[in-house]
Amino acid sequence: MVNDMSFTGLSPADRKKMCDTIGISSIDELFRDIPSQLHMSNIDGFPGPLSEIEIERLALGVESEIRQFIKTFLGAGAYNHYVPPVVDEISSRSEFYTSYTPYQPEVSQGTLAAIFEFQTMMSRLCGMDLTNASMYDGATSMAEAAMMAVRTNGLNKVLISRGVHPNYRKVLDTYAWAAGFEVEEIPLDNGVTDINKFREYFTSDISAVIVQNPNFFGLIEDLELFAEVISESSVVLIAVVAEAMSLGMLRGPGEVGADVVCGEIQSFGNPLNFGGPYAGYISTKKEFMRRIPGRLVGQTLDSDGNRVYTLTLQTREQHIRREKATSNICTNEGLIALRTAVYLSLIGVKLKELAELNHKAACYLHGRLRESGIETVHQNMPFFNEFIIKPSNCESVKSEFTKHGINPGLDISKLYPEYEGCILICATEMITKDDADEYVRIIGGCR
Amino acid sequence: MNTELIFEKSTPGQNHYIIPKWHGETCSNIPEKYIRKEVNLPDCSEPEVVRHYNNLSRMNFGVDNGMYPLGSCTMKYNPKINERIAGGKGFSSLHPLSGSDCAKGALKIMYELTEYLCRITGFTGFTLAPAAGSHGELTGVMIIKKYFESIGETRSTILIPDSAHGTNPASVAMCGFKVREVPSTSEGDVDFDKFLKLLDGDVAAMMLTSPNTLGLFDRNLLKIADALHKNGSLFYGDGANLNATVGRARFHDMGFDLMHINLHKTFSTPHGGGGPGSGPLGAAEHLVKFLPVPLVKKNGDSYSPVYDMPDSIGRIHSFQGNFAICLRAWVYISMLGYEGLREISDTAVLNANYLMSQLKDIFYLPVNRVCMHEFVLSDKGLAGGVTTNDIGKRILDYGFHSPTVYFPLLIHGAMMIEPTETETLSSLDHFVDIMKKIKQECEENPGIVLGAPHNTPVKRVDTVLAAKNPVLVWADDIG
Repeated sequence: MVNDMSFTGLSPADRKKMCDTIGISSIDELFRDIPSQLHMSNIDGFPGPLSEIEIERLALGVESEIRQFIKTFLGAGAYNHYVPPVVDEISSRSEFYTSYTPYQPEVSQGTLAAIFEFQTMMSRLCGMDLTNASMYDGATSMAEAAMMAVRTNGLNKVLISRGVHPNYRKVLDTYAWAAGFEVEEIPLDNGVTDINKFREYFTSDISAVIVQNPNFFGLIEDLELFAEVISESSVVLIAVVAEAMSLGMLRGPGEVGADVVCGEIQSFGNPLNFGGPYAGYISTKKEFMRRIPGRLVGQTLDSDGNRVYTLTLQTREQHIRREKATSNICTNEGLIALRTAVYLSLIGVKLKELAELNHKAACYLHGRLRESGIETVHQNMPFFNEFIIKPSNCESVKSEFTKHGINPGLDISKLYPEYEGCILICATEMITKDDADEYVRIIGGCR
Repeated sequence: MNTELIFEKSTPGQNHYIIPKWHGETCSNIPEKYIRKEVNLPDCSEPEVVRHYNNLSRMNFGVDNGMYPLGSCTMKYNPKINERIAGGKGFSSLHPLSGSDCAKGALKIMYELTEYLCRITGFTGFTLAPAAGSHGELTGVMIIKKYFESIGETRSTILIPDSAHGTNPASVAMCGFKVREVPSTSEGDVDFDKFLKLLDGDVAAMMLTSPNTLGLFDRNLLKIADALHKNGSLFYGDGANLNATVGRARFHDMGFDLMHINLHKTFSTPHGGGGPGSGPLGAAEHLVKFLPVPLVKKNGDSYSPVYDMPDSIGRIHSFQGNFAICLRAWVYISMLGYEGLREISDTAVLNANYLMSQLKDIFYLPVNRVCMHEFVLSDKGLAGGVTTNDIGKRILDYGFHSPTVYFPLLIHGAMMIEPTETETLSSLDHFVDIMKKIKQECEENPGIVLGAPHNTPVKRVDTVLAAKNPVLVWADDIG
């Protein structure tokens, strides 16, 4: 019997007793159905075993190989917002994080109620009738939203704005290729989706059009213009919100004509975590209720007549419908949805003020940079908390800022060759006036 | 008692959370027509929010509360050291678009975890991008599609046993393939003769869970792999049940070309009330080039993400997957080492067989042979009109979570029981005792089982009503 680090709970005497009860002399006998040539007894060069003390020491060593910035102006789909301690405290309750999908609602009201709250809060922010219980992330929620549109109207082509996050567009390409529908890009005009080009591309084979708001450059898109073009047709207008914080300040996409809202909720109380876990969602109108992918929590009664919650409309789902399901999605991002519900409960009505603080910080920085002679691209276009600048020497900017322990933002030259030498800057509530002033000072020294 | 919602605790003016003031000049450039008029969110004090969610958590049952024998879900203990390390500021505050020079520690974790998974399974490459098992499967089916495109062959069918998880056929359908279902024998193996009849030139692949959802290692596995490969088809392994064979046998050696692993099952990362999970996908050498971008490569002492993969299916995640989940799995694997991994499967299989030996005389065991990490009972012969659902609810009354019920579909009234390796002998014995007691109740006092649960935070939930009259968001007038 081995005595390495493990979380098993049997003593040697227990094992012996259990083997005797089963009627075997060795545990090996239980593996008799596995052909003998498949059995292995070692892996060369495998790590461990390590005690808890040793693994913590090892992990801290690896963690120290990460450069932490004092300040960051990097956004681009993942945002450095403040995470209130309440959110961490609640999501570390092991009743929440060590449970699974709430298949047994009688012992899962905690998870179910929190997700129902999440569905409600997201629906309100998006201006929609309903929201699913979360999905993997922003990009896959958008791909699934497009698939839902194709499934619904049976048309085979999806238009997507070039202002949508490049990674999201790549994920859509992958999903569309696999599912067998076509994707065409709508170009930009002065940083926002070209509405005239959209009118041109708007033919009878279009299933959906996807616009991100605020778009990848932080600019506000006028969704109503798209809704007007689509008007009474069956084309589905999908609004993607990669920066959820913007929902605190901008009208819900559902109020301005979107049929489906999808996106990323990392900004609502979830750390950056090098890209995950985050969570996506689809928020939409009643008419899509039976076509939406992912879990849904609904209200009902228990046998005492009390109001309770449960997973519902499961006949859409893979475990019942198998190949006819609305999606293969099974597990979602329950704990991230919980964190979001806690965050939105705590910040609550102050979300607007918080979102405005983001906008003020970004606006101030934008104005100061412009005053100091730095080229700010897309003059006079409204933005939320991100915008683009074109410094004279983009390369030296990165090294100069790094010296000061500051991440200056994202060089978008590779993602958008037409924006050669441009940097996408984000200012959240974590940026103070002094930080913004320092940014202007440092960039002034980059020549 | 009603399950209360935060909206019911909201009182105008109660929120005293302070948002910092902006100390610079204030400007705004957003036209009024875009601006939200009001934020319709709860108005609560911080203490009220904390109490609300703490009280909700008390209505939940997790692995830390008691045995959770939910078959096929591997509800094992989630080590706390995983949580502490993943909470480290260096990892948690790292932006996904940080360059390799900043992200070295994180890329190292990704590289090493990939290496460990390759060694555990025998595959040549792994992607950590899939955010869940179902996402890994979908990625796998995409690779099957890409593979046949690359060799210029059109094949449109994927074989799936009737015992498979629902995600298998759903993933297949999302990629435009047709499903052909392969029947199982009464002993729970794939019916090899029927499989051979279904295997023709249109079959791109077969997806098989190993061990299967009956908790059995398919005795025809090597023959199936051989027949598929001779037919030019690929063999996909669903690794949801890897807990049974980890450290004991490798999927690649079994003849699989692709497999996904659920890190939240075998490698101890928390299930989170339904995610976040992580579903890395492994590929044999000839399929590695199709894996999604980015993979992580090592060059001397540095690590970098690789995007230049011309044959890749492309991107499948906003960034690079659920990194913080991968990190927890890295901690677990590093801590256990090879011997520890093997102890997982040894103990999980011992626990399941012990439990099966104790329960098979109480409940009907449709397939009576040595099981792996789980086994399936049926509702056959239950007295008093009691169904599987009722048994599941009654189990909750005794402080255990219910097994997986009504799955796999080929067993009538299935109860799928997976104790995992982290249960003690006394908790297994306790479970046996309550199952005996429930069986006796069915015979002597079925009403108590039919009306269960009685001791849970809420009573039996009417799921039919929920679906008949869907209420999916809170409105002040629906209380």
